[in-house]
Amino acid sequence: MIIEGAAVVIEIDDVNTDVLYPGPFLNIDDPEVMKLHLFEGLDPSLRDKLGGRTVLVVGENFGGGSSREHVPLAMKAWGIEAVVGRSFARIFFRNCINLGLPAIVCGEAVAAAALGSNIRIEAEQGKVEVDGCSFDTPVLPSFVIDMIRGGGLVDYVRRRLAERSQNEQ
Amino acid sequence: MAHTLAEKILLNHSDVGDLSPGDIVSIRVDLVLANDVSGPVAFTALEKMGAETVFDPARVVMVADHFMPAKDIRSAELQKRLREWSHEHGVHFFDQGRGGIEHAVLIEEGFILPGMVITGGDSHTCTYGALGAFGTGLGSTDIAGCLALGEFWQGVPGTILVEVSGTKGPFVSGKDIILAVLSQLGVAGGTDKVLEFVGPGAEALSIDDRRAVANMAVEAGAETGIFPADRITAEYLDGRTDRTWSALRSDPDATYARRLRIDLEALGPLVAKPPSPGDVAPVDDVVGRRIDQVYIGNCANGTITDLRQAAMVLRDQMVHPGTRAIIVPSSQRVYRQALEEGLLDVFIDAGAVVSTPTCGACFGGHMGILAPGESAVATTNRNFTGRMGSDRADVYLASAWVAAAAAVTGEITNPADVMGEGPT
Repeated sequence: MIIEGAAVVIEIDDVNTDVLYPGPFLNIDDPEVMKLHLFEGLDPSLRDKLGGRTVLVVGENFGGGSSREHVPLAMKAWGIEAVVGRSFARIFFRNCINLGLPAIVCGEAVAAAALGSNIRIEAEQGKVEVDGCSFDTPVLPSFVIDMIRGGGLVDYVRRRLAERSQNEQ
Repeated sequence: MAHTLAEKILLNHSDVGDLSPGDIVSIRVDLVLANDVSGPVAFTALEKMGAETVFDPARVVMVADHFMPAKDIRSAELQKRLREWSHEHGVHFFDQGRGGIEHAVLIEEGFILPGMVITGGDSHTCTYGALGAFGTGLGSTDIAGCLALGEFWQGVPGTILVEVSGTKGPFVSGKDIILAVLSQLGVAGGTDKVLEFVGPGAEALSIDDRRAVANMAVEAGAETGIFPADRITAEYLDGRTDRTWSALRSDPDATYARRLRIDLEALGPLVAKPPSPGDVAPVDDVVGRRIDQVYIGNCANGTITDLRQAAMVLRDQMVHPGTRAIIVPSSQRVYRQALEEGLLDVFIDAGAVVSTPTCGACFGGHMGILAPGESAVATTNRNFTGRMGSDRADVYLASAWVAAAAAVTGEITNPADVMGEGPT
């Protein structure tokens, strides 16, 4: 599984999901509408940098606070391919994995990346390249890799339900 | 192998022979919760999963609370979908006027027992640790998975032991204890961990105080915060449920990721300064800060205990002319009790707004939004930029004592300066 995209960098630590997607827009349940409000409380102009093959590069404890899945749903709706960060808050990390959006911890890659840097991720090998410069990162647990490769939790549950109904027959 | 309380609960809900922190395991869930924000997004995921039924309708609770009563057409549509889906699937459903804020409802109505695993489409599902349960917040796709399979994947968290000693003084509450923990851990110090609260100071806390503490475990990044069930838990559950439960405890030789100590003798009223729940200071450091709005409510601190404290401060007083006060009982049950105890009279006489139970302005939804340049004291759990309205408004998090004192004086005030020596 190789993922490649141009970096959009959010250099601040402890960016919470309230600023990534403010509460007043939680009455939206369509990702195509959610995407219009991504980063609204942080820097709406960041949206102007999205649309191509993008890897979001973030700092420490990214995505803390509310469990709102609107954040990674809106990221996916923009075509963000992966998030590379120094560290992630737990629920945000889960939400990414469940949506098949790789969330990779690699502090060295974050330090090396700037806006527009080419980011190349080989998740199974634990490698992140920034403009050709390669960094090692702990390989994600095989369960998490399988979840991402399989398209996320929706497809995982679909397979599990099919197995169950087969066993019952 | 020795285990912590959280590890024991997870082990009891898994098929593995043993587990330790870092393992990824499949956990059976006893109760699944969602609301008018997380529910509809989960239903869409559930449809994509091809699941036509839920794993067990008796173990599913839906609560309309975030934009309730509906603030606009979009939120009315979400609540309509929640209502119709709940009826179609035969799950528990608390509609407008029937429940209140989800975590208050589930605790007060006897859904939560010690040792249970509860997943909720709301980060403050950690509140159930007040009753010795493992409650944890998940996103909507995770909730859809729980609805379909009755289980979820979970990395086994380590445990941070919070040892609470001493006796709390006047105007000190559960809110101050968790703010003290946050001042030590910061907003990421609990990541991939559970906070377990033990010691004489923790054992002496009421369930309402434990709710305030457990509620904000997620503000430290923790998976949940948990109090071992004890006599106070048993007394609270008596009359709320006839289901049986057993009290689990950490093994004496269990391994902890970290230990913290909180000495209640040295603890006074605290505030978390904007824009971080982890930026904690004694109230005396910020006294005199002018306050435009006071908000007493939410899933952490809208309990009858909080409303009684607020009423003690506001009795025979008026809300300061430069300040607005909003009181939000966390549930219909608390609302009714406050009415019967005459607390609502106190609030109305003081010139405060008394709201129906709702998540309301806590998350910036509706019912008390802040204008640019305004400052608020709120008993809620988050003071992030823009959380309660304008991104140029400031929110200070504090107990009901501190919030009510600010309502009277129009500025951040040590409650002792309004109340004297006061009640303990």
